[in-house]
Amino acid sequence: MIELLNIERVFLVGDEEVHALRQISFDVATGEYVAIMGSSGSGKSTLLNILGLLDRPDSGVYQLDSQRVSELDEDHLAEVRRHQIGFVFQFFHLIPRLTAFENVELPLTLAGVAPSLRKQKVTDALAAFGLRDRARHRPAQLSGGQRQRVAIARATIMEPKIILADEPTGNLDSSSGSEVINILEELNRLGITVIMVTHDHAIGARASRIIRMADGRIESDSRHR
Amino acid sequence: MRISDMFTFSVFAAIGNRGRTALMLLAVSIGVASVVLLVSLGESARQYVSNQFSSLGSNLLIVLPGRSETVGGPPPLLGITPRDLTIDDAETLARIAVVRRFSPLVVGAAPVSHRQKEREVTILGASRDIFAIRRMEIGQGVIWPANDNRFQAVCVLGSKVKSELFGNDNALGQKIRIGDYRFQVIGVMRPKASSLGDDLADMAIIPIASAQALFDTSSLFRIVVEAESEAEIAKAKEAIIRTIRARHDGEDDITVITQDAILATFDKIFKAMTLTVAGIATISLIVAGIIIMNVMLVAVSSRRAEIGLLKALGAPKRQIVYLFLTEAGAISMAGALCGLGLGGSILRLLAWFLPQFPIFFAPWSSIVAFTVALSTGLLFGILPAQKAADLGAAYALSRR
Ligand SMILES: Nc1ncnc2c1ncn2[C@@H]1O[C@H](COP(=O)(O)OP(=O)(O)OP(=O)(O)O)[C@@H](O)[C@H]1O
Ligand SMILES: [Mg+2]
Repeated sequence: MIELLNIERVFLVGDEEVHALRQISFDVATGEYVAIMGSSGSGKSTLLNILGLLDRPDSGVYQLDSQRVSELDEDHLAEVRRHQIGFVFQFFHLIPRLTAFENVELPLTLAGVAPSLRKQKVTDALAAFGLRDRARHRPAQLSGGQRQRVAIARATIMEPKIILADEPTGNLDSSSGSEVINILEELNRLGITVIMVTHDHAIGARASRIIRMADGRIESDSRHR
Repeated sequence: MRISDMFTFSVFAAIGNRGRTALMLLAVSIGVASVVLLVSLGESARQYVSNQFSSLGSNLLIVLPGRSETVGGPPPLLGITPRDLTIDDAETLARIAVVRRFSPLVVGAAPVSHRQKEREVTILGASRDIFAIRRMEIGQGVIWPANDNRFQAVCVLGSKVKSELFGNDNALGQKIRIGDYRFQVIGVMRPKASSLGDDLADMAIIPIASAQALFDTSSLFRIVVEAESEAEIAKAKEAIIRTIRARHDGEDDITVITQDAILATFDKIFKAMTLTVAGIATISLIVAGIIIMNVMLVAVSSRRAEIGLLKALGAPKRQIVYLFLTEAGAISMAGALCGLGLGGSILRLLAWFLPQFPIFFAPWSSIVAFTVALSTGLLFGILPAQKAADLGAAYALSRR
């Protein structure tokens, strides 16, 4: 479903060119569970941003569901993000003034879904992630693990085909971390493609495929299980 | 995104940032309050003057001897003075259908005395219709009978003259001396409420023929005419000019001033003044707009992550623009409401401190203030909103 061919991304820092991605080519099939690993600065986040259509490659072709998304305009990219991709971030990115319920509701609100349907979907989602009694809490009143579960509920509320997670456990203790990984694996079992950046080898090892990056290149790409 | 959701989101975003929002609210409300205040004061002044004018009587025309409207042309040759207006000229105006009433006027000053008290008083010679025309009410006594074209030694005193000569004593029936003649006081005027109409309190009014005898003149100072209605003022003016021209051998040697023309001039001046003042006050709204712009620009950088998130969740650029504009608009509207309240309260306070000056709230000022506030809010919100929408999603989400 995802095909990358010779993706390049160069950042200009002052007069200096930083090659964040060089000649990246790989495919991801529907339903895969991919861990992207590599040292700091190796280009993992940059790659994930391009996969999530948050950033454009400077060259190369990106096809999503056989559509050349690297050629779509901004509005179409937004639409693809809205319906196909769910994001989970290291720092949760919950809106502090909104309750857990409202944070999960936000993608539906942005998409213009009717309030009654929203209420039903969000209530179900919160229940599914064990957050029923946290609906009225604001992010500051939640633990790290709970925040990340709210974020995952938000990422899945639009029923995306892909979940992109950039170090989803990076800010969590090990028990809430593995709780979050369990949820992502459960989502993967339900058929959602999961691509996750992680530094944690134990977590990486649980994925069915590990892409290792070094200095903007793919160092290795291995499948197991 | 639904409009109601957009509104809720923006309003809560604004409420979520109390300090910032309060600053913008303050700026807008001061701007709106100053517009409302200044415009209302200007309007009150205009209304005050126009009320004062109508207390002089309504639908008035004043006929003056001499042509003062001459535009260009050589100055009149020496020795040629305009033909005087006479009582007979005035009498012919009675034949004009659209003229309701008129009064010829002769004005002069003469010593007036009663017993030991003597004062120099302005004497107004007029026909009895002057009382109706100038809306003057007789407090005590009567006006002289209709036929005024002969000498009658009677007078009506202004309230001030009466109290100066007679104090609290009864003046009716008393004889006073005006110049070389002895007059009997037959009436005393009631003091007028409005100050512009109160000049007559300081006068003695006598029949026109008596005034002509007193001042030994056959000419008139002017003629005051009241038209049948406002709509007929122009027609009356034309008819008066035509009538007098016929009597003056085809020469246009009079000037007719209409009250509405004077009033219109005043009105124009006051409106221009009010608009100028409103324009100056609008500058404070523009300042408010600049404050909104700067505060929102700061907001955009401090809400960078939120904007990145909205993009990640699939909000297109235009939606982010709308969200920020809604926020700016909502704050401007709220600020405008506060400003209206503030301006209204200050007006009420002023009205309470200055009861003699009728201060009122000009409704159109609130409409103007509201529209200007909203449009400056939106206008100055565009730049920050655009900046927010143009943020790169990946960059906005990064902690760089
Ligand atoms: N917006 C940017 N502007 C300039 N340079 C950038 C930008 N984003 C990334 N880079 C550079 O690109 C390279 C790859 O960055 P990236 O964030 O993808 O690394 P990473 O593998 O995610 O690292 P980490 O594990 O620390 O998150 C780095 O050298 C980084 O400095
Ligand atoms: Mg990273």
